[in-house]
Amino acid sequence: MTGARRSARRLLPLGVLSLLALVPLTFEQYKLYVASLTLVYLVMAIGLNLTLGYAGQISLAHGAFMAFGSYAVAILGQRGAPFELGVGLGAALGFAWGLLVGFPALKVKHHFLAMVTLGFNIIVFLVLRNWEWLTGGSFGISGIARPAWGAISFQSDRAYYLYMLAWAAIVVASAYWILTSRWGRAFRAIRENEMRAEALGVSLRNYKLMAFAIGAAYAGVGGALFAPLLGYIDPGAYTLDRSIQFLMMVVMGGLGRFEGPFIGAILVTVLPEVLRASEGLYLVIYALAVMLMMLFMPRGLVGVWDWVLARLGPAPAARAPLAPPPDAARLG
Amino acid sequence: MSLLEIDDLTKHFFRLSALSQVSLRVERGDLLGVIGPNGSGKTTLFNCVTGVLRPSGGQVRFKGEDITGLSADRVHRRGIARTFQLIQLFPEMTVLENMLLAAQEREGTLLGRLLRREGGAAAGRALELLDYLGIAGLRDQLAANLSYGQQKLLDFGMALMSRPEVILLDEPLAGVNPTMIKSLVGHIQALNAQGHTFVIIEHNMEVVMSLCRRIVVLSQGERIAEGTPVEVADDPLVLDAYFGR
Repeated sequence: MTGARRSARRLLPLGVLSLLALVPLTFEQYKLYVASLTLVYLVMAIGLNLTLGYAGQISLAHGAFMAFGSYAVAILGQRGAPFELGVGLGAALGFAWGLLVGFPALKVKHHFLAMVTLGFNIIVFLVLRNWEWLTGGSFGISGIARPAWGAISFQSDRAYYLYMLAWAAIVVASAYWILTSRWGRAFRAIRENEMRAEALGVSLRNYKLMAFAIGAAYAGVGGALFAPLLGYIDPGAYTLDRSIQFLMMVVMGGLGRFEGPFIGAILVTVLPEVLRASEGLYLVIYALAVMLMMLFMPRGLVGVWDWVLARLGPAPAARAPLAPPPDAARLG
Repeated sequence: MSLLEIDDLTKHFFRLSALSQVSLRVERGDLLGVIGPNGSGKTTLFNCVTGVLRPSGGQVRFKGEDITGLSADRVHRRGIARTFQLIQLFPEMTVLENMLLAAQEREGTLLGRLLRREGGAAAGRALELLDYLGIAGLRDQLAANLSYGQQKLLDFGMALMSRPEVILLDEPLAGVNPTMIKSLVGHIQALNAQGHTFVIIEHNMEVVMSLCRRIVVLSQGERIAEGTPVEVADDPLVLDAYFGR
């Protein structure tokens, strides 16, 4: 691989992030909201990409893990706790429950694991709806405060956007660290060949549980950032639909690729906005686009990026350490 | 005390007995061959020793410690490495990454593997080994892009990577062209001369007879003979097992 190609690949996420950072300075309120939502989705998708894309463990529970973060922020906020405490608790709850939900992954795989995590998502939804004194039931919680550090308040949409950006940067940096560490390599080894990985000393139990827990902790952070965006949450925001949306993001972006979540998060938020002009046909076009993509780009949109790079430079077929893309079809 | 002691190892699959009361000793520096007709339990023996399968009975001791029924990752971390009959690699990882993964779990702590970056020593050793095996030029290729023979060499390199104390090779020469057989046999002999311990399952009799100093013969899950190549070759029980009466 040429140096230029490698640095181009490294710079893509950074470039996208800095471009996003400029958005609030120019956009009006609604577009700013969409951009903020993209940041939430980015954090969520990074979490799921770690669990599914790298470690190969499917999770349809990311909507539920997200709810832990949202409700932690909302409930602690009502009691006057600082916002960051809520983010921390959300991440911790996500981690702990991710660990628990990860245990079935030690026994079952693919669509069976999908069923187990799907079930968990439904249980969490039902608990949120029925545990009224804590969660407000179907009415949810409103008036969720945005963070404030003494005199500095992140009350305005722009300020809160910048606040989210800082958290997103932390998530991106920490995910980059994890995935380029020996853990990242062990995750991919499990995805590629579980039996051989174990025979080479990789503890399937430790790494699978960690892949679940870390992915869920990121989802907790994403959920925490999401809650004060509209200042209102209810259980309907954390259904299975939400989990499937995250799944689509990482699959369409490119599973097991660091750039994947960036592309997927932008696509899933921006595409519906662009297609809104087509009124009733929007869902049809959207669904069609997804199907065509799965047919012709099973490795996600990141494949287009690779193709462009391959045209730009005469680089050989070798890949960067973060690069190996699995076939989407291989993950049941 | 032998390095690896296997006592009365037994494995049933339902009512089928794949391995019955097999015992053997592997000494430090051994180059032990395990032969037998198809279905005689050779690979099952390896699988039971390395934790891929849980034995139904018997005991495996490594350096005097009971390792019977330990999971495969624990067995590897204790110092027993193996290759597989059907090559098992990480196809979407580079050759170098395959090698690095093979060694990363043997030392340090789980948390250390996350918080500390991998030192250059591991990559240095990997490149040294790849160079020794003659595939250093492929370090950045995906394992999936290697030829069959190159994959066999990588598989072998991965088994060596973690400095194991005993290496179990499951048909390392199967399907390999004569030139590469020569080179692999040369590597095994040279490494054995340096003190590496090998147990080899192999069907290529010519090679086994010349390579191994001691041979164990399995038939229908039982150990029917053990001795030097000459002793084994003349054993009527062995001839029976292979050619029938």
